[in-house]
Amino acid sequence: MAMTGVLRPGHAQIRVLDIDESIAWYTDVMGLVPMGRDAQGRAYFKTRQERDHHSIVLRQADRAGLDFFGFKVRDAQTLQALEAKLIAYGVKTERIAAGDMPGTGERVRFRIPTGHHIELYADKQHVGNATGCVNPEVDVIDGPGICPIRMDHCLIYGGDIDGSRAIFEDVLGFNLVERVKLEDGVTDLATWLTCSAKAHDIAMVRHGEDDKLHHVSFQLASWEQVLRAADIMSRNRVSIDIGPTRHGITTGTTIYFFDPSGNRLETFCGGYDHYPDMEPITWTFDEVGAGIFYHDRKLNPAFLEVVT
Amino acid sequence: MAAYTITIENTGESYRCADHRSVLEGMEALGRKGIPVGCRGGGCGVCKVQITQGSYARRVMSRAHVSAAEEASGCVLSCRVKPTSDLRLRVVGPLTKTVCGPRADAPTPTRNPQPTP
Repeated sequence: MAMTGVLRPGHAQIRVLDIDESIAWYTDVMGLVPMGRDAQGRAYFKTRQERDHHSIVLRQADRAGLDFFGFKVRDAQTLQALEAKLIAYGVKTERIAAGDMPGTGERVRFRIPTGHHIELYADKQHVGNATGCVNPEVDVIDGPGICPIRMDHCLIYGGDIDGSRAIFEDVLGFNLVERVKLEDGVTDLATWLTCSAKAHDIAMVRHGEDDKLHHVSFQLASWEQVLRAADIMSRNRVSIDIGPTRHGITTGTTIYFFDPSGNRLETFCGGYDHYPDMEPITWTFDEVGAGIFYHDRKLNPAFLEVVT
Repeated sequence: MAAYTITIENTGESYRCADHRSVLEGMEALGRKGIPVGCRGGGCGVCKVQITQGSYARRVMSRAHVSAAEEASGCVLSCRVKPTSDLRLRVVGPLTKTVCGPRADAPTPTRNPQPTP
């Protein structure tokens, strides 16, 4: 069962066009906690409720997009065993030294068939959350900023989503939760996978170009918090893609919006629990509009095709 | 606050855009169409235009979609430029990709090498 192997998404390294503008935005608008810079100039952030050192890493670059997405595994033995499984499966792996990211142990990095770099790691410094582990108070979200609960999942775009899904399922123990079929009724247009009991920890859409980011998502506690996030976005002139609305797929409530470099982010609430014995949910191509946005019930080309 | 007239040569349409707004934002604020709208942050490349006349201030934009030479010749992302005079422009950045792969009539997507993470 996956909770003894890959535990959860742990970090996303996002490329930004102007690091100072982005640090201010992720701090003031997103309400993330700044966790310092490293010698390369990368900026680190966590949410108030996250206990590990960081979940979002920003790197200044000349183009937007996702450098890599990392998952935390149970312990060092698990990391060793999963790396051996990847190699046996024919996946080339690379070890990134402990300390390359502050507070973070050795990472195993590999490239999946859709072109994305995925990482596994076992150790990241426990810095604690806003309320602590002994007799914690409730974390009253009093701003400034959106203050999400956690960095929750990502959606990636690329060509061979079957090959990438196979690595997550066959090697890393992920389970298929939902899928959208193309018109032929056979080929997957998109899949949602979990390593835990969430509705998704990573999702992927079939696309003409590899190594593209559709969005990195942050979890909120309630629909009310989703509306509050939308108010904060509009007040700060954030570029909103769509929402607040609801997905048919996963049933989550959502807003899609863009960071100052055009990377799409999501704040969402809801969804359901998925256990490994549950049959995956299938959406047929003629109903995919309602699957993606349950109230609109139609395809939105900009939402589907704008990526970084 | 100054405002300038933006003319989209593809359609002959024009609109007024305040100088504190990007050319794209000015179009959207009036409910006008003509330039495809994407991320509005210089990252996705869908709002690419060729400025054919006029002056503007620009911000950093993704090199995956606009080369330094293009940027110097006025081929820019309209979400990253603010007018400093009346402008004439031509749309060059349609949505080139579909969920099922490149469209037959679409230009080949730019495939610049990705930097090492």
